Amino acid sequence: MSDVVLQLDQVVKRFGDNEVLSGVSLTLHRHEVVCLIGASGSGKSTLLRCANLLESIDAGTITLFGQSLNDERIDPDLVRRHIGMVFQSFNLFPHLSVLENILLGPVRALKRDREEVHAEALALLERIGLRERADDFPDRLSGGQQQRVAIVRSLAMRPALLLLDEVTSALDPTLVGEVLDLLRDLAANGTTMLIATHEMNFARDVARQVAYLDRGVLVEQGTPEEIFTRPRHESTRTFLERVR
Amino acid sequence: MSLDTDESSSTPNLFAPRYKRVFTGRNGLAVSIVSSVALIGVLVALFFWAPGSATVRYYYFNGHYMWQSFVGHPKTGLLSVGKGFLTNIWMCLLCEVLILILGLGVAWIRVSRSPLLAPFRVLATAYTDVFRGVPLLLVVFLVGFGLPALGLGVLSSQSPDVYGCVALTITYVAYVAEVFRAGIYSVPNGQILAARSLGLTHGTIMRRVTLPQAVRTVIPPLLNDFISLQKDTALVSVLGAIEAVRAAQIYESTVFNGSGLVVASLLFLAITIPLTRFTDRLLDQDRRRRLASLS
Repeated sequence: MSDVVLQLDQVVKRFGDNEVLSGVSLTLHRHEVVCLIGASGSGKSTLLRCANLLESIDAGTITLFGQSLNDERIDPDLVRRHIGMVFQSFNLFPHLSVLENILLGPVRALKRDREEVHAEALALLERIGLRERADDFPDRLSGGQQQRVAIVRSLAMRPALLLLDEVTSALDPTLVGEVLDLLRDLAANGTTMLIATHEMNFARDVARQVAYLDRGVLVEQGTPEEIFTRPRHESTRTFLERVR
Repeated sequence: MSLDTDESSSTPNLFAPRYKRVFTGRNGLAVSIVSSVALIGVLVALFFWAPGSATVRYYYFNGHYMWQSFVGHPKTGLLSVGKGFLTNIWMCLLCEVLILILGLGVAWIRVSRSPLLAPFRVLATAYTDVFRGVPLLLVVFLVGFGLPALGLGVLSSQSPDVYGCVALTITYVAYVAEVFRAGIYSVPNGQILAARSLGLTHGTIMRRVTLPQAVRTVIPPLLNDFISLQKDTALVSVLGAIEAVRAAQIYESTVFNGSGLVVASLLFLAITIPLTRFTDRLLDQDRRRRLASLS
C-alpha cells in the first residue's frame, strides 16, 4: 500500500456563480502534516469540507486510500468514519457530557463495545488533562478545553487523517496555546493532519508542507522554509507581509 | 465635524428630571401599589354600578347555585359540573399523549430526505396545511357527525367523547408537528456537520443529536399548545359529550341559572393558570440562559 492517504486532483467547487475552488491539487501522505494558509474566503474551509464529502465537488477527483470518492457506490458515512474533522466553533454536543460526546461516534457509528471505548475515552481525556471533567457538560468548559475535547472526540474514531478548520480562530488569545500544544503533540506522534490555520508560527513549526491558497487557487506549495522565507509568488509575499 | 471627544464642556448634569424621579427608586413600590389599587377599584366599581349588575350577579355569580352545579344533585337528576370536568381532564391528557407521538412522527416525515418517504412528505405537508387552516369547531362537527353518518361499523358507532378526542387530536397534531419541525430547524448547522463528520447516519443524528436539542427548545411552545388543548376540550360539548360546559348548560336550562358556567370557567382557570405561570418561568429561564451564553 502506498503511503498516500488523501489526494485532491484538479478539484473545482462552485457556489452558484462563485467559484470557490478552481482546480486545486494536493497530496497528503501518511504521518504528514500539511498546513493550508490564505486569507479568509480563500477556500481553505471549503477544501476541507469537500475532502470529507460535507460538500460535493463540481469537477476533479478526490481519492482516499487510492479509492475515488466520485464513485457513486461510495457511502459518505463510511468515508467520514475514517476522516476526523474539527471545527472553528468546536461544535460539541451541548446536551451530552464530555464523555458522552467522545463515545457517540465510536459507539453509534462504529458499533464498538461501550465499555472498551469508555476506557479509551478516559485515557484520551487523561492525556489532555481533562479526565476529571469527563462528566461535565461542554458549557462548563473554557473554549480551549472545549476545543481540545473536540479534537479528542475526533481521535476516538481512530481516523486515518484529521482535518482541522481554523481550530484556534474562535479562541481567546490566552487559550490558543493549549490547543496548539496538543496539535504539536499529535504531529510529533505521527498523526496525519490537514490544517487550515492563521497561526503562521505554528504552521512553520509543525508542517511538512505549507500550501498557500488565494481565491480558490493553490498558488504555491512547499516546505515551511520555502514558503515563509523564499516565497516565489508575489501574492504569497504580499499575504505573508500582511499577516506578519 | 471633529472626530475628537468633546473636551469643551465642564461637568455635565447627570441628575434625572423631577417627573422621572417620582416613579423610580424607593418610590417605585408605592407607585405600583397605588396604581394597582386604583385600577382594580375602578373595574370592581364599574361592575357593581352597572344598571344590570344585580341581575348578572344573581344569574352568574350566585354562591348557592355555583355550589349546587359544582356537586350536582342526583335526586333531581342535575349533573355535576365538577364531574363533567373530569371528562375534560382525561380527554386532554389522552389527546396530549397521542398528539405528541403523532406530531413528532409527522415532523420527522416532513424533515426526512429519503426518496422512499417522498409521497408521505407530500401527504404530511398537505395534512398540516389543511388542519392548521380549518377551525377546530368545524373539525369537531365533521368528525362527530360525519363519521357516524358514514355507516362504517366500529368507526361509526363510537361515543361523542371518542369523536371529540379524534377531532382534537387531528387538529393539534398539525400544530404540534409544526412546533417540532421549527425546533428541529433551530438546531445549529454546526451540530449537524459535527455529527455527520463522525460518520453517523441520518437517522442516528436525528435521534441522538437533533431531537434531544430540538425537544428542549420546544417545551415552552408545546406547553402553550397543551394549555389551548385543555381549553378546547370544551368544544366537544357540541357533540353532546357530558363534560364541564355541557353539564353547566344542562344545569342552566333546568334551574334557569347560569352560575354553573362560571364554575366551569373557574375549573378551567384552576388548571391553565398554574400551567401558564410554569411555562412563563421556563421561557424566562431559557431567555436568561441564552443571554448568559452570549456574554
